Amino acid sequence: MLAVLLIGVPLLAALLVFLVKGNASRNLALGFSIIELAVALTAYIQFKHNPDSALLTASFPWVKALGINFSVGLNGLALLMILLTTFLLPLIILSSFKNSYNNAHNFYGLILLMQMALVGVFMANDGFLFYVFWELALIPIYFICLVWGGDDRGRITFKFFVYTLFGSLFMLIGLIYLYNHTAVEGLKSWAVQDLYAAGRSLSETQQSAVFWLIFIAFAIKMPIFPFHTWQPDTYVNAPTQGTMLLSGIMLKMGTFGAIKWLLPIVPLGLEKWGNTAMILSVIGIVYASIIALSQKDFKRLIAYSSIAHVGLISAGIFSLNQQGLQGAIMQMLAHGINVVGLFFIADILLRHTGTREMEKLGGIRSMNGNFAVLFLIVLLGSVALPLTNGFVGEFLLINGVYQYNAWYAALAGLTVILGAVYMLRAYQKIMLGERRDSNITFGSIATSDKITLLIVCAVILVFGVYPKPLNDIAEEAVKGILVNLK
Amino acid sequence: MKGLLIISGLGILAMLAEIFKFKKLLLPLVLLGIVAAFALNFIEWETIGSIPYFDNMISFDRPALAFSGIILATSFFWFILANDYFEEDSNLVDHFALVLFALVGALMLTAFKNMTTLFLGVEIMSIPLYVLAASKKKDMRSNEAGFKYLIMGSFASGFLLFGIALIYGATGSFDLLAIRQFVADNAGNLPSFFYVGVVLMLVAMCFKVSAAPFHFWAPDVYEGSPTLITALMSTVVKTAAFAAFIRLFMIGFGGVNEVWTGTLSVVIALSLVVANFSAAMQNSVKRMLAYSSISHAGFMLMVILANVRSNISLNAIIYYSLAYSVGSIAAFGVLYNVTRKGNENFEAFNGLSKRNPGLALCMTIAMLSLAGIPVTAGFFAKYFVFTTMIGTSYKWLLILAILTSAVGAYYYLKVVIAMYFGKSDSSEAIKIEKSNTFVIVVTTVFTVVIGLVPGFIAEMFKF
Repeated sequence: MLAVLLIGVPLLAALLVFLVKGNASRNLALGFSIIELAVALTAYIQFKHNPDSALLTASFPWVKALGINFSVGLNGLALLMILLTTFLLPLIILSSFKNSYNNAHNFYGLILLMQMALVGVFMANDGFLFYVFWELALIPIYFICLVWGGDDRGRITFKFFVYTLFGSLFMLIGLIYLYNHTAVEGLKSWAVQDLYAAGRSLSETQQSAVFWLIFIAFAIKMPIFPFHTWQPDTYVNAPTQGTMLLSGIMLKMGTFGAIKWLLPIVPLGLEKWGNTAMILSVIGIVYASIIALSQKDFKRLIAYSSIAHVGLISAGIFSLNQQGLQGAIMQMLAHGINVVGLFFIADILLRHTGTREMEKLGGIRSMNGNFAVLFLIVLLGSVALPLTNGFVGEFLLINGVYQYNAWYAALAGLTVILGAVYMLRAYQKIMLGERRDSNITFGSIATSDKITLLIVCAVILVFGVYPKPLNDIAEEAVKGILVNLK
Repeated sequence: MKGLLIISGLGILAMLAEIFKFKKLLLPLVLLGIVAAFALNFIEWETIGSIPYFDNMISFDRPALAFSGIILATSFFWFILANDYFEEDSNLVDHFALVLFALVGALMLTAFKNMTTLFLGVEIMSIPLYVLAASKKKDMRSNEAGFKYLIMGSFASGFLLFGIALIYGATGSFDLLAIRQFVADNAGNLPSFFYVGVVLMLVAMCFKVSAAPFHFWAPDVYEGSPTLITALMSTVVKTAAFAAFIRLFMIGFGGVNEVWTGTLSVVIALSLVVANFSAAMQNSVKRMLAYSSISHAGFMLMVILANVRSNISLNAIIYYSLAYSVGSIAAFGVLYNVTRKGNENFEAFNGLSKRNPGLALCMTIAMLSLAGIPVTAGFFAKYFVFTTMIGTSYKWLLILAILTSAVGAYYYLKVVIAMYFGKSDSSEAIKIEKSNTFVIVVTTVFTVVIGLVPGFIAEMFKF
């Protein structure tokens, strides 16, 4: 019941918002996203109370002839992802209050549709349904980037769409192949447990093939080197809310998919190719961090730092141990919040000063001290200073990667150092020192912006100091996953 | 069978309309007739066992009824769409009659049991289309299209006839089941000219469905013909041709797979590659849709290649034909209205989202369906095709199909990008007739509905 509500509320909200014009659409969207958050929190309470509750799953036959069921369920990992999604949406909508978009009702409607698709991806317990939601998530973000994006958005959005579609099609083939090999009393099945069993029954070469087919989709989505070339342009060109959706939540689709739909399905394939995936992740970390060092555009810098962070998450996933996976989950949550905060700050800077070039900014701290503090907190969260949420994840991740291979951990640890370098240097250039362009006046930030930033900073600090509620769920979830891997 | 008779009667009735002066009544009569034919089809579905007619030359068994249903439904929407096209026509009655006779041919192709009926169906369908392709008498390109279609189509029919003759020479019968029996009885001992006949017929049928490398007529003919005739060609004619293809090769030549499957796999590979890459380079939306129809033909041929000896193949082709026809009608409906002023390039679609948001949305859904994005009929269609292909030994074709699908997204999205991103010079909305709006909206909604509940179709067609 709750599961169905989680999908139904944003869908209904989107349909309503499409019909309402003007500012009312914005408020309606915000209201519904808060309702959705309430539903998610109810699910959380229900989960703590009774993890196997029937309220948390739902299953109806969809296409009987093909064995496809509309089967959704909330386990620990899904719940965490959904909490992230439903928590970020109101923030994302709130952050747009000071931007004026043409046909705003379409914009908010698309954001809500995207939430529906994302929630569906995290909850799907049926392989085909997972694929449908995965593809569905692509359409709203495509239109958001195409209609409200920056210059040259036609070409860039198109590259993003085709690149992602390409990966998804390979994943479809992998899933169909697995489906063909399920044999539950003569009937084939798309249910996730049956797909697990099917994958495990394959030979090593077959599992390797399936590994690559499915891994490519996730590698493109996260993105992992060398499938990352679509990301910086798309992130920079999208409207801020689009970028927040992409980096805050959509990217987690890739990492979540790797944990739920890749690791348990092809254990032999993992034995053979997991190391390669790990190497690619680690290369991505170092590569992206080095490129981030030379960026002049703040938004682009954040985009590259996102690739670096995701590389670390991915390395943690493929380390296949308790700390690595748990760190991956915690960092997914932390990165979601932090990167949304960072992109929001970039947006505020753009709105108030008209530029994102760090060379042209400077001395903003003297114009607005509160903003400087909030910016610093978000930044330190991204840099993974202890007492911020970023630290919990990164610590566990490096621990996990170290258990896999100490050299990889050393390279991965570079992200922490390089991250500190480019982030602090950016802060220095933007906020401290002399004003480089005397035409820029910063002024005070609007109330809605202030509220959003305060919430983000609060979350960073609170979950940095007391990550236990999330950590407990993550720990249980990882234990369940590792059992599947044996 | 009764449906076939009704459509034939309608054709003759149409010709009489000129003499007895009831031109205005003609369209409603035709629509009524098509609905009646469809309803009779439906009734025949329930009676178990098909009655062979004409000494077992035509037999409307369930697959035939399914394909006929799709063709009749598509032509129903087409006639509503073509309402205003025919209005400005001085040869209105002749064109109506020609379309109806082409429809007769199409229906024959879905139900043949005998090579002569196959040939009859092909000719009855094609000849009116040759004339219709050239129906814009003052337009050079239309004349060129008709001429090219006539010459190349007749040539292909020649191949068909030669193939039929050789097969008759080898087996002694025109009847499909008798041929199958002969092949089964004399396996390994067949005269070599039987194989030649099979390949010749394969070539002819590939021409009719415009599969590469026999596709060279399609872009020019599709582009030159009046837009609505192109819509007819790319939906009804393709569906009928595929119905014939699957009947011929799965029933008739099922026993001699080794002869034609290798060739067919190369044909499919070429269709996918040539069509998608050419479509990506087009400037004219109409020509792009022509190449895209070649690519869809490649997909449908893959199902025949997989030749799964259960109903999955039939289901897949039926669903694909339905999804493709419905999507195409919507797309051509929008195309017809947007390109009225003569500009058929992507620029004509610029800024359509501001001028006619509803129309832009329908076109977007149609393009997404043709590209195979979920929650549209086209996605399940592609999914069915992939499912049939996975168990076979043609995995390389499957990979090729995926790669070309991704390329396909490019040219379909180009239209969407133009609509939402392009800047148009004029900002007035395009005036569309109510009938056109009705067809476009209904077909778009239908595309999404059968994309959401494909089981409805799959259950219906339980053979």
